[in-house]
Amino acid sequence: MAALIGRKVGMTQFFADDGRVERVTVIEAGPCPVTGIRTVERDGYEAVQLAFGEVREKRITKAERGHLAKAGAPPMRHVVEFRDEAGELQVGEQVTVEAFERGDKVKVSATSKGKGFQGTVKRHNFHRGPVTHGSHNVRAPGAIGASATPSRVFKGIRGPGQMGNRRVTQRGLEVVEVLPDRNLVLLRGSVPGPRNGRVEIRGDS
Amino acid sequence: MSGIIDTLEREQLRERPSFDPGDRVRVHFQVIEGTRRRTQVFEGTVLKRQGSGARETFTVRKQSFGVGVERTFPVHSPKIERIEVAARGDVRRAKLYYLRGRVGRRARVRERRDVRVVPKASPPPAAEPDGAEPVTPGPEDGEGSAS
Repeated sequence: MAALIGRKVGMTQFFADDGRVERVTVIEAGPCPVTGIRTVERDGYEAVQLAFGEVREKRITKAERGHLAKAGAPPMRHVVEFRDEAGELQVGEQVTVEAFERGDKVKVSATSKGKGFQGTVKRHNFHRGPVTHGSHNVRAPGAIGASATPSRVFKGIRGPGQMGNRRVTQRGLEVVEVLPDRNLVLLRGSVPGPRNGRVEIRGDS
Repeated sequence: MSGIIDTLEREQLRERPSFDPGDRVRVHFQVIEGTRRRTQVFEGTVLKRQGSGARETFTVRKQSFGVGVERTFPVHSPKIERIEVAARGDVRRAKLYYLRGRVGRRARVRERRDVRVVPKASPPPAAEPDGAEPVTPGPEDGEGSAS
């Protein structure tokens, strides 16, 4: 199935044909010019490169400008490769929201909202300790390992640290509605990232 | 909010009569039973309206076999064929939660708005035959029930 780059507009609700209320995320996606094709013979893998988000010429580097111009595309902010989505596409063609239709299952990848450096309670849903009876162990992580053996903390123990602001993929979202005249896709449920953030939509098989 | 979402929501709006909390309404809505669809009527008092635009909902309360039943509908749901306003209520607040605590005819009478006819949103000129209206005696704000 197809792939597309878009912008998360926000969430709202939408009345389905049978009158049910669908909670949807609105994504403004495409049209994305195809700016490159990767083939197994030449590059060792298969992929399609798409561009999205028109900007003024001075917003991007000369190199980017040249690359896009070669594909006949206007200056665009985002250029993303999608593995194994090339299909029949050729450089210079366009992908629009019509690549998806109602009922399709898709996955959406984006950079999640950054939460900063967070403790284990918020970051990993650890339990908190008692707040009364003299306890000082309210949001502390608790034990992180044994004693003299092994005398160290095992790798991968969950602890405090940066939360969010990483790439997240939400799978299994259903396309509720496609509005090709406005380049909009409505997906059931929520999608990672802030409003106006870049999202990548791919088919989910 | 974003203009895209605004237009999307505006497209979903439907013609609905104006009604306010306290009004008695008949909501004709479609229920689908298996393959058949038929229209059911839910009649009661509007407890509240909340939200705005396409997301606005209203809650209707009625007494059914001695049990209070409340149903909340999206105002602009395509399942609602028609909303009939059977009576205008005269109430002083936007959320009529105090009706929930009241049972029986005497306790939960709703005051008709007989003085004014259709033109609404005009300040009530005088007090009307009142049931026990305020929940607690307190300062009453001059706000009408216009939403």
